[in-house]
Amino acid sequence: MSLGAYVAVSAALFAIGIVTIVTRRNILYVLMGIEMVLNAANINFVAFGRHYGGLPGGGGGLEGKMFAIFTIILAAAEAAVALAIVLNVFQAFNSVKPSEADQLRE
Amino acid sequence: MLQFDPAIDFKLLLAVPLIPLFGYAIQIFFGKYLPRKGDWLLLTGMFVAMCITLYMAAKAISAGYAGEEFRHNSLDHGWGFRWLYSDRGSEAGSGNIVAGIFYDGLGAGMLAVVGVVSFFVHLFSVGYMHGDRRYHIFFANISLFTFAMLGLVLSDNLLFLFIFWELMGLMSYLLIGHFSHDPNSPRIKFAASACKKAFLTTRVGDTCLFMGMAILYYKFETLRFTELWELVRVTVEQNGGEYPGWLTAAGLLCLGGTIGKSAQFPLHIWLPDAMEGPTPVSAMIHAATMVAAGVFLTGRLYPVFSPEVLEVAAIAGGVTALFAATIGTTINDIKGVLAYSTISQLGFMVAAVGVGGVVPGMFHMLTHAFFKACLFLCAGSVIHGCHHEQDMRKMGGLRKFMPITFVCMLLSTIAIAGIPLFSGFYSKDQIIAAAFERNMLLPSSTATFVSIALPAAALLTAFYMFRLIFMTFFGTYRGGQAEHHVSLAAAGHAHVGHAHDEHGGGHGHAHGGHGHGGHGHGGHDHAHGGHGNDHSGHGHDHDHGHGGHAHTPHESPLPITLALMVLAFLGVFGGHFWPATPTDPLAHHGTWFQKVVSHDSLYGEKVARFVEARQHHALGPQAVPHDPEHIEHAKHAAHGKAVVVSLSVAGAGILLAALMYLWGKIRPEKVVGVIHPLYELVAHKYYWDEIVNLLVIKPTMALANSLKWIDEKLVDGFVLLVGFTQRAFAFFWAWFDRTIVDGLVNFVGLVSQSLGAITRLVQTGRIQQYAAFAMGGGLLAAAWLILS
Repeated sequence: MSLGAYVAVSAALFAIGIVTIVTRRNILYVLMGIEMVLNAANINFVAFGRHYGGLPGGGGGLEGKMFAIFTIILAAAEAAVALAIVLNVFQAFNSVKPSEADQLRE
Repeated sequence: MLQFDPAIDFKLLLAVPLIPLFGYAIQIFFGKYLPRKGDWLLLTGMFVAMCITLYMAAKAISAGYAGEEFRHNSLDHGWGFRWLYSDRGSEAGSGNIVAGIFYDGLGAGMLAVVGVVSFFVHLFSVGYMHGDRRYHIFFANISLFTFAMLGLVLSDNLLFLFIFWELMGLMSYLLIGHFSHDPNSPRIKFAASACKKAFLTTRVGDTCLFMGMAILYYKFETLRFTELWELVRVTVEQNGGEYPGWLTAAGLLCLGGTIGKSAQFPLHIWLPDAMEGPTPVSAMIHAATMVAAGVFLTGRLYPVFSPEVLEVAAIAGGVTALFAATIGTTINDIKGVLAYSTISQLGFMVAAVGVGGVVPGMFHMLTHAFFKACLFLCAGSVIHGCHHEQDMRKMGGLRKFMPITFVCMLLSTIAIAGIPLFSGFYSKDQIIAAAFERNMLLPSSTATFVSIALPAAALLTAFYMFRLIFMTFFGTYRGGQAEHHVSLAAAGHAHVGHAHDEHGGGHGHAHGGHGHGGHGHGGHDHAHGGHGNDHSGHGHDHDHGHGGHAHTPHESPLPITLALMVLAFLGVFGGHFWPATPTDPLAHHGTWFQKVVSHDSLYGEKVARFVEARQHHALGPQAVPHDPEHIEHAKHAAHGKAVVVSLSVAGAGILLAALMYLWGKIRPEKVVGVIHPLYELVAHKYYWDEIVNLLVIKPTMALANSLKWIDEKLVDGFVLLVGFTQRAFAFFWAWFDRTIVDGLVNFVGLVSQSLGAITRLVQTGRIQQYAAFAMGGGLLAAAWLILS
């Protein structure tokens, strides 16, 4: 498959993720949207790494994959922190809707 | 003569796991909307998959009988999935992880067993789970479970095996906890904690396996089984016939994975609790998937294990076999007996691998899958027929009510007890023979222990299995009407009508008094009318309140009995199809499995010689190998002895069970009175759950609590102290701040505030709006970059 196909999937995933982040009423869905965006980036990494990787002196074509694995680890850490925030938001506002937690305005 | 054709057959093999995977995908999204909630879809799919596995197994068996080498790896034909791949080179040890399909005699046998048992468990579930709230989810999950096991069997490298292994752990969690989602189930709490326990306990083993895998990958830079075997052989031979320490460590850690997954002592505690799952799931976990995966792993990693690791396996297996069998004699729950029986039989398999009998061990895994699946499904049929009564003391005399179940269960019990001509005899007898042979050639305390523990466990197996048969099917029915109501009331069954009301019309059991909901139905008004009714087609697990209808047990509907009959047939003939064999049917060599699976066919010739040399401690230059004639002689003597021993222990066990539970010559209560302290110890499962609680769970909680105390008192106290000092300083600075700095700042602030009042119109505090703004800005920037 050509590079374009992978990028198209990635772009679609990115767009779905962004729409999820912006439109969802529940903060957990927003987190899922963030995961989608991260994974869209991962697909790009792996796709480009496979297409352009393996240059002399490089990592033998593994560069993109290593970045993807790195992102996955970051995403895991991010999910842990985000869920902790969600718990605290729920305790503070008794709701997990981002529209109700708008104290940032003040 | 069927020939293996790489061009087509690898595609067929790949289809086998993919069919249930696609079934799962369809079922989880659309299952609710399909007619009959989609069970026909998965059933058809599993039937096709089963046919493929049988067709492929036929190829392996015919190759085995023709004496051909049957080991196929799709990578040799350029068929693989490059998962983690760099172009540093494609030969062994390049660190690449490429998944292929590995299909050998053992894989063929296991794949066929998984295919057959899974299909019949699906079929059984159609009858058994009928009317369940989450019927479609159950089918989806059990399909994915099947997919995981099929994938595990076909994996050609340890990493993919591990991935499927973990997937199976997850699916067992979901399936054991199936009833924890049903608010009407009286045992919702138990199901929830049972699935958690299963998941966390096996996790201990999984972590060990992962670490062992990491060591192997670090040292060998490959995880393909064929390459691992060869590299281990070379490493050990270069090391002067000794296994290096790290290889022993890796082997021990991998064995830890088996101990967790296959419920060996001391990680066996999850398996009895897993009985909280629906009975078809128990049959799956105990027969074809999950616990078999651990034993299968030992088969795949056998050359990697050093003699020390095998020693540990032998001890763990022997201890497990014996102690689980003793517990099995004291349990009154029909599924509980079978659970401990499974643990005990798995102990046989692991001990077999430990004493060097990897072929008998794998053989027992296959035969056990057939008769244990049949036993569990029979138990499910009994429970279903007795209206969700699981206590054997409230059964009895059921052979009159459910003849098909009785015959199937009796055949499987004979098979597990090890009576000649039935499949269990051939495999169990070979295991005992392997232990005797080991003890003759290389006497050691471990070998002696195993060769005493296994026959003793076999005796207890025969005893408790026939105790189950006699208590359940013989005598008179003890589950009286009054008791039934008491037990229902005691269990707090709230009758919330759902399943009955939805399906009641089509199943011909519309009793008069079948009102669910508030109005009291003591049961007497319809109790008598209900007896003759046709109950076919209503199957619920314990979550459904039965309105006290029909108090006599009844035979189960056709999907259930059909599954029972086929599995019972395989339980009888799965080891050795003696009606068609002209040779002596008692001879426990020359079974189909030994034709298909041997050291040579499992690991290739070089590695096979290597493991045999390791078996006889003949590795290295200074070792003195046994005389081949001596080995042959010992083999012969061990087999002769094993037949006598296994026959006599099986006979003694059955006789004892008959004396105690059939003819009543020995009163069980009296026996209990004589050995009271011992009985208490065994009946409490050696207090192992309590010990684990005391040694592992309590200290963990205590550690967490003490850390919490440190956090609250020490860390927080220090922070408060710092804060207090800061505050003291702050008072000093405050007046300076207020008078001079504030004056300046207030002025700036005034200006900013007036500006801010304009800007804050955009700041709504809604993060999603901010995200949208950020995204829009990013798009504009991107557009400008691209267009300019």
